[in-house]
Amino acid sequence: MSYADGMIPDHLRTTPRRAGQLTLMLALLLGSLLLVACHRGDSVEWRLTDVTGHMPDLDFRLVDDQGKAVTGKDYRGKVVLLYFGYTHCPDVCPLTLAQLHVVMQRLGPLADGARILFVSVDPARDTPEIMHAYVNAFDPRAVGLSGTPREIEALSKRYRSAFTREPDKGDGQYEVSHSSAIYVFDREGKARLLATPGNPQDALVHDLHLMLSLGNPT
Amino acid sequence: MINRTLPLLAAGLLLAMSVHAGEAEHVRASQAWIRVLPGDLPAGAYVVLENTGDQPATLRSASSVRYGSVMLHKSSSEGGVSRMAMVESLVIPAHGKAELAPGGYHLMMSKANPPVKVGDDVKLTLHFDDGSTLDTRFVTRPANATDAGDPHQH
Repeated sequence: MSYADGMIPDHLRTTPRRAGQLTLMLALLLGSLLLVACHRGDSVEWRLTDVTGHMPDLDFRLVDDQGKAVTGKDYRGKVVLLYFGYTHCPDVCPLTLAQLHVVMQRLGPLADGARILFVSVDPARDTPEIMHAYVNAFDPRAVGLSGTPREIEALSKRYRSAFTREPDKGDGQYEVSHSSAIYVFDREGKARLLATPGNPQDALVHDLHLMLSLGNPT
Repeated sequence: MINRTLPLLAAGLLLAMSVHAGEAEHVRASQAWIRVLPGDLPAGAYVVLENTGDQPATLRSASSVRYGSVMLHKSSSEGGVSRMAMVESLVIPAHGKAELAPGGYHLMMSKANPPVKVGDDVKLTLHFDDGSTLDTRFVTRPANATDAGDPHQH
C-alpha cells in the first residue's frame, strides 16, 4: 500500500506546504497527548472491571509461606493477583489457582513480573508450612499468606471482601465461605482491576499482558 | 381422601421402584479424575455420568476404600461469594447426562489412607437410589490440572 502511495505523480500532489506543516504539528500534538494518556493508563481498554481509584493500595501485615513477616510494600515492582481462600477447600480454590496457573503459563516470561498472593481465610488451620506445600502445587509464582484472624480480617475488609466460617460438620471439619474475586494491583501497588468467575480467562490474560507490558522496566 | 390415595401412592411407589431397578446398569461414567492436593487436604473428584436408560437415575452417594469420607457437594459462586454445600442427590435425566465438574457438583474426598499420589488409580463405587452400584476408576491428577487429561497417556 505504501509503495502505491509513493507512485502518485508529483503533479497530483497539490497540498500547499503550509497546510502540510500544520498537519504535521497537529499530528505531533495529538501524538504527545496520546503518549501522556497512555502513560497515565487512561486510554487502556481493560476487559476486566476497572477499579482504579476506587480501592485502597495493596497493604497488609502477614506471614508468607516461608514463615517470613511481609507487608504489601514487599510486592512493589510486581503485578499482584490477590485471592482469598483456604487449603481445606477442595473445589473452588484449587480451580481458581489452577486457572491462574494456566493464565501465568499463557503469559510466558512476562509472568515473572507477577505474583499470585493467596491469602488464607482459615487462620486456625492454615500454617505457613501447609500454605507452602499448597501454593507450590499450583504455580512457582504463587505465595501463600497467613496471619492472625485480626490481620486477615483487616485485609479482607480493606477490599470489601468477606468470609464466614460455616458451622462444624460434627467431625471437626468445616467450610469457609469467601469472596470469589481476584484483585489485580499494578507494580506501584495501586488497585486496578477486579476479576470474577464470570470473566473469561482470555480477559485476564489480555489485561495482565497489557499491565505487564506497560512500564516494563526492561 | 387419604384412604383412597394411600394405596394408589403405594402402588405408584412400587411401580417406580420396579422401573428404577438397576439404575446403575444404564449409567456410563467417563472423564473420571481426582485433583490430588498436598498432605491430607481434602480432594475434589469429578466425573461425567451419562444415562442411556429410559428412566432418570439418581446418584445418592459414593464410597472408596482409599478415602475415609466421600461426600456429594456442590460449589456455587453467587453474589461474589464462593460457598460449598452438601447435596442429597444428583439426578441424571433419562437419555441425558450430569457432570461433576470443578466449580459445581463434585465429590469431596477426605481422610485418605494411605495418602493418594498423582498417578494412582482410585476405585470409587457410585451408589444409586435403587441400591444399584457402579464401580468407576478415577485417575489422579496434579493440583493444577483443569480436567481429566488425555486418557491415552495413562
